[in-house]
Amino acid sequence: MCGIVGLFLKNSDYEQELGRLFAPMLETMCGRGPDSAGFAVYNAAAPEGAIKISLQHPATDYDWTRLVAALEERVGGPVEFSINSTHALLVASTDEPTLRLALAELAPDVTIMSIGRRIQIMKETGTPQEVVERFGVRRMTGTHAIGHTRMATESAVSTAGSHPFSTGMDLCLVHNGSLSNHNRLRTNLRREGIDFHTENDTEVAAGYLTWRLRQGLGLKEALVAGLEDLDGFYTFAVGTEEGFAVLRDPIACKPAVMAETDDYVAMASEYRSLAGLPGIENARLWEPEPGVVYNWSHAA
Amino acid sequence: MNVVDLDTASVRELNSALHAAAGGTWRVLNPKGAHALAPGLDAPLHVEIAGHAGYYCAGMNQLATVIIEGNAGTGLAENMMSGLVHVKGNASQSAGATAHGGLLIIDGDASARCGISMKGVDIVVKGSVGHMSAFMGQAGNLVVCGDAGDALGDSIYEARLFVRGKVASLGADCVEKDMRPEHLEWLAATLEKSQSDTKPADFRRYGSARNLYQFKIDNASSY
Repeated sequence: MCGIVGLFLKNSDYEQELGRLFAPMLETMCGRGPDSAGFAVYNAAAPEGAIKISLQHPATDYDWTRLVAALEERVGGPVEFSINSTHALLVASTDEPTLRLALAELAPDVTIMSIGRRIQIMKETGTPQEVVERFGVRRMTGTHAIGHTRMATESAVSTAGSHPFSTGMDLCLVHNGSLSNHNRLRTNLRREGIDFHTENDTEVAAGYLTWRLRQGLGLKEALVAGLEDLDGFYTFAVGTEEGFAVLRDPIACKPAVMAETDDYVAMASEYRSLAGLPGIENARLWEPEPGVVYNWSHAA
Repeated sequence: MNVVDLDTASVRELNSALHAAAGGTWRVLNPKGAHALAPGLDAPLHVEIAGHAGYYCAGMNQLATVIIEGNAGTGLAENMMSGLVHVKGNASQSAGATAHGGLLIIDGDASARCGISMKGVDIVVKGSVGHMSAFMGQAGNLVVCGDAGDALGDSIYEARLFVRGKVASLGADCVEKDMRPEHLEWLAATLEKSQSDTKPADFRRYGSARNLYQFKIDNASSY
């Protein structure tokens, strides 16, 4: 069992309050997943030509300044950074492959949580309440957020095994359930050039979507293809730079509830997580149909 | 009227009070999707839940009437023995699972596995039901005023299924059967009791073909 939540704002007036609305959604799902928690927040885009990189090192006194100085030398320009507990957010004018290579050489003990124009992923072991407080989720701003509270089944309780998983620019995925064909699929996807960093089944689903998106499919089409290729139990919530999607497997053992108003679309494993959202009394509430892709986008 | 506000009282306090009561009308405020509201009642209480209920609401109900003025989560009225459970909105999966008796009314839709392993309950769904509804049903009646999803009545034993709309597909050993006068009569009375204005003649009846392995007389010597 795990808990998943997602909040996609349609009304930009709420962007300053994303964290305030999202934090209680995550905290309420503690009962479904007390082992670890994580979230992806999508906020203001990096300047043209630059990318955002979310990094993690288990030591809270890690010397980020030294790493950033070495990175600046490598990319030949300034790298902005801010530290938040065990994580650091860097903004650099470079591309994803250059950055991955540089980090692998300079700091192999640092984990890349996400790379993209807007995404920032943070995750740690501990209860959702502890994770929310550690990272100051309530103060966060942005257009959409996706979160996960984990009760571990398929791999160890660790930061690396926590969700969300990101395997490509701005893409992230959270999962409630378990995949049964992840080992074979991981092997096949590695052959296609997708990198994996854990033995976790959910990372394979994220990698699968990255592969499909690289093939030129849209998010909806990629998920429809996943209905054929991903075997197991799942409710997925997916974030991209502009979009948000939800999919349940055709058997639909894993729960999901959705709410939509003029201001937002929200999903959660249980209604309890949605109960505090503004205007929930008059929201359209429904349970996503099995095997049906639901998606929204800010893109025109 | 007894009022319990779940913004100030705990679910355990609510349920303890309900279990101690021999009757009366109870109104539960601010349920906000909380789990296990009003389970195990065994006296003629009248309980109104003013909003959405979470998992396993009104489970094991005997004699009591539980009205949910919103949606209900997984396992509504699971293993109900008698009484009435009425949800004004939609119900999530496994509504009425294993229920032995009483009447469960769902004004909206019920999702997957409605009436799974039902053992004597009457379930009236005014909207549609999801896939695998009445899976392994053993006794009782499932009435669906809307449509039914895939594999309706899969591996069904003896429950009766009435569907007014489309059936996406029938499960293993579930077949359509004749609607006889006694079925129309029972439907008319049950629809009236459930305050549905649908006409019995618009429904079709489904049930067990009794062809699964365990029913074959040729296999009797195997046991």
